[in-house]
Amino acid sequence: MKISPQWVREFVDLTVDDHRLAEDLTGVGIAVEGTSGTGSDTVFEMEIGTNRPDAMNHYGVAREAAAVYDVPLKQLSVASGQRPVKTSQESSFPIAVEEPQLCPRFSARVVRGTKIKVSPAKIAHRLQLLDQRPISNAVDATNYVLWEMGKPTHVFDMDLLEGGRLIIRKAREGEKLKTLDGVERKLTSEDLVVADAKRPVGLAGVMGGFDTMITDKTRNILIESAWWDPVTVRKTSRRHGLHTDASHRFERGADFESTILSCDLVAALILESGGGELVGDAIDVVSRKIDQAPVVLRLSEVQRILGGNLDAGEIFRILKKLGFGLIPEGQADAQIRVHIPSWRLDVEREIDVIEEIARLHGYDKFENTLPAYSGAVVELPNAAMDASLRTRALALGYNEAVSLTFISHADAERFSSASVLELENPLSEEASVMRTSMAPGMLDMLAWNLNRDSENVRLFEMGRVYEMRGGERVEPARACLGATNTAVKSSLPVGGALDVSKGEPAAAAEAFRGFKGDVENLLAAFAYRDLSFDRETAEYFHPGRSARVLMDGAVVAQFGQIAESVKAERKLRQDVFLAELDLERLHARGLRTVRFAPLGKYPAVERDFSFVFGDDVEFEAMRRAVMGLGLGVLRSFAPVEIFRGGSIAPGKYSILLRARLQSDEGTLRDEQIAQWSSQIVAALQGLGGVQRA
Amino acid sequence: MAYTVSKLTDYSAEALEKAAAGCVRACADEAAAVRNDAELKAFRDRWLGRKSGVLTQINDLWLKGAPKDAKREAGILVNELKARIQELVDGAQVSGSGDDADEQRVDISLPGVRRPIGAEHPVIKTTNEMVRVFQKLGYSVADGPVVETDYYNFEALNFPPNHPARDTQDTLFIAGQQSKPQRERLLLRTHTSPVQIRTMETMRPPIRIVIPGTVHRNDPPDASHSPMFHQIEGLAVDTNITFGDLKGTLDHAMKEFFGSSVKTSFRPSFFPFTEPSAEMFVSCFICGGSGKRGNDPCRPCKQTGWIEILGCGMVDPNVFEFVKDNAYDPKRVSGFAFGMGADRIALLKYGVDDLQLFFNGDVRFLGQFA
Repeated sequence: MKISPQWVREFVDLTVDDHRLAEDLTGVGIAVEGTSGTGSDTVFEMEIGTNRPDAMNHYGVAREAAAVYDVPLKQLSVASGQRPVKTSQESSFPIAVEEPQLCPRFSARVVRGTKIKVSPAKIAHRLQLLDQRPISNAVDATNYVLWEMGKPTHVFDMDLLEGGRLIIRKAREGEKLKTLDGVERKLTSEDLVVADAKRPVGLAGVMGGFDTMITDKTRNILIESAWWDPVTVRKTSRRHGLHTDASHRFERGADFESTILSCDLVAALILESGGGELVGDAIDVVSRKIDQAPVVLRLSEVQRILGGNLDAGEIFRILKKLGFGLIPEGQADAQIRVHIPSWRLDVEREIDVIEEIARLHGYDKFENTLPAYSGAVVELPNAAMDASLRTRALALGYNEAVSLTFISHADAERFSSASVLELENPLSEEASVMRTSMAPGMLDMLAWNLNRDSENVRLFEMGRVYEMRGGERVEPARACLGATNTAVKSSLPVGGALDVSKGEPAAAAEAFRGFKGDVENLLAAFAYRDLSFDRETAEYFHPGRSARVLMDGAVVAQFGQIAESVKAERKLRQDVFLAELDLERLHARGLRTVRFAPLGKYPAVERDFSFVFGDDVEFEAMRRAVMGLGLGVLRSFAPVEIFRGGSIAPGKYSILLRARLQSDEGTLRDEQIAQWSSQIVAALQGLGGVQRA
Repeated sequence: MAYTVSKLTDYSAEALEKAAAGCVRACADEAAAVRNDAELKAFRDRWLGRKSGVLTQINDLWLKGAPKDAKREAGILVNELKARIQELVDGAQVSGSGDDADEQRVDISLPGVRRPIGAEHPVIKTTNEMVRVFQKLGYSVADGPVVETDYYNFEALNFPPNHPARDTQDTLFIAGQQSKPQRERLLLRTHTSPVQIRTMETMRPPIRIVIPGTVHRNDPPDASHSPMFHQIEGLAVDTNITFGDLKGTLDHAMKEFFGSSVKTSFRPSFFPFTEPSAEMFVSCFICGGSGKRGNDPCRPCKQTGWIEILGCGMVDPNVFEFVKDNAYDPKRVSGFAFGMGADRIALLKYGVDDLQLFFNGDVRFLGQFA
């Protein structure tokens, strides 16, 4: 909204320059966000809160300035010299208010025999300064008055009003009205209209009708200034997508007492430029008074809310300057009855008055203090777990990412079976449901990076997904890891490959193992006895290169290479890896608590076993078989090298396994070791393994 | 002149000791002169070598050639000498700059192998830092759902149905809610303020909470807007909270966060759930409040020297009315609330010029924060 300081100065004598005025107004919440133009053409760009329709005009801003500088505010009235000549003729234009609740007051004035032409230069110039397009003297008069004192008015070509009367009523369902903007609108029975005997001629408080508007031929004018129910105006304005300067003010609450004055001001401007005569007195139909109850202000309450020590004299000065009426109650100013000015519909309670005092006193003048406190400080229950997980992911080289919480319907279906929360007014089809999985967001981020030739990409995101479960919305916590193939490979230890065969399968096995290690490192933060893996992953994972993780039997994660189909669909330029962690389940487990294990006093012994197995025997089977021997001294059993090809028959592979043996009781003797080794060999042979020489 | 072992003729105690002392001195001198590993090896071999080392020679020349009556004395002496020489050889170290230091040195200017370290997301890092500031002031962390009801997001925060203040929120609504009463309809919370109500419903005063969280608005993405962003909310309620406390707390927090030299300024504003309401500005931490960087205008503060950081105010009594039953009687308690955009603060703090960089996972961007 724009304000001309020159215009403001018409109502209040100010000694400060425009720059200072802008600063001081901003200081009391009548914010000047920017200044343009110079000299008398200076314009302030204002930011006025929705609660202050009274300050969305020049007189209102002048009132604030008068309070800030403690100078008199000039009365707003039709100057006596300009007072139009009234005829003795009856003005009577019948107004029937059928909806007194929605139209508590309807005032009007009649001007006859005027001439429509362009506005005087001063009026046109001022409107142009405010980015308003001058139209004609009569229309500009309403616009000028709106910007001068904030009250929206409307002018009808009186001769086009059929039946010589106006009715304020609800529209009939399906009734049509072509509004001033030329759009024909279909009305509903919820819309409040101004109608003549035949049809609606205006959408109450929003916009007038096209068919009764002022034209070059207009001679007789009916000026309307009403007070409309804010909620009704707002609903109509929204229903028709029609936000106007008038609706903006009416839905925030106009000044009930300014209907007549605004009519007079509009009439004076029309008569001054177009001539004619003002007919009779103002028409004023008041169906219901908008009563603003006085507010009791206790100085003790001012003190309780604001702190500091405000002088009673300062409080009274501020309130009087803003137009509040003060009547002391009881003894020694401790309590005052405050009468609220009609333009301040936002002030209804003691706290509202206190805000006015603080605002004009100046917020920065209140002393900064720190309150005492005796409560306890608590963390969110999962804070420590999340922090631990995050630290691990960062240490593993994953950059923390944040993706948007919306996904497409297609992705929701592909990546989750959960029941979705759909948006009523989404930003786009691609962002039309709340994410039920972190995977699509992660894949998008990986694709973004690959498309920009960033190859070593490792990302993690912790967040929530949103779904409906049994009719209730839930927001379970999730974590997601994503890595490109090159990133996974670059993190593998040089020379430390387990599978030393040539070719893609071995490389893929190594990459999978590299990524799996990251997942294991993350999960190791939590308390569990046993971690196992199976192949029951979702369809968007590569069926042979993905795994599901069970923590003591409960599924907590799935991870692996993404399916070829998904890779193609999302145009991913290389294989990518994805891990999804169910934080909801992990949170339930808690963090692992460390119990110290004594360091071995006696030397450990390693024994290697070289075997050939069929491809159908996985390491897990060997591990189980050997662990199942129950050897107390077996500290670890791990693969050291895998090889396919060469002298190894197709469908088979050679694996070098290493057992580490150690006792807490003494140094192991050779014959014991030989005994255990042969047990291990037997166990492996039991799986069909053939020991190599 | 290198030490050589000469045959002994005089086996008197004095002569033996003199010969031994000469030998030890020579060994010590040679030990001190060792300059590199090669010399150290040669030194060791010369004295301890089994075949022709000095000690072997001494054994041969002094001990074997000793007259019978002196054999015992000579034996003791040679043993002591051996121990001493062994000690000197073991203790010898390379000293000074060896001739081949040049050959063995590495190019210390080659880039180090930096194993990748993940970077914290700048918005989360900023959020955590801000939350920590308030935790130190006695605030507990609280949270609540992102998918909220109209009641918590609007009604209980004193946004009546059909109030124009709702327009400022650009709300994203959940579909299919029309059959429910308005207050139960689901939407994406437009601010973290609903958690104020949720917390007051379950915790009695006094409370001090800080609420970091994700919020959504119907703002198409551009350099300064995102339909999803992050807020940090705060609420303090007690029997003694004043507007001065609000100012003092935030002034203290901003000095903790941005540095002790920043100043704060408060201007009147409007939020339905606070009264009086304020916007808080901090003196520009980029230009120091001058509005200029050298001769250039300071863009982050638009040359004003001030940057708007948050909205705040005293909790509106109407808000307390909604939780009055849990001991929030507005006649008895008062409180303040504040809320700020973590993304915007991160933008300003790190000089990022495009909000979208925060949400596309670009490692060229994220990696800068490692």
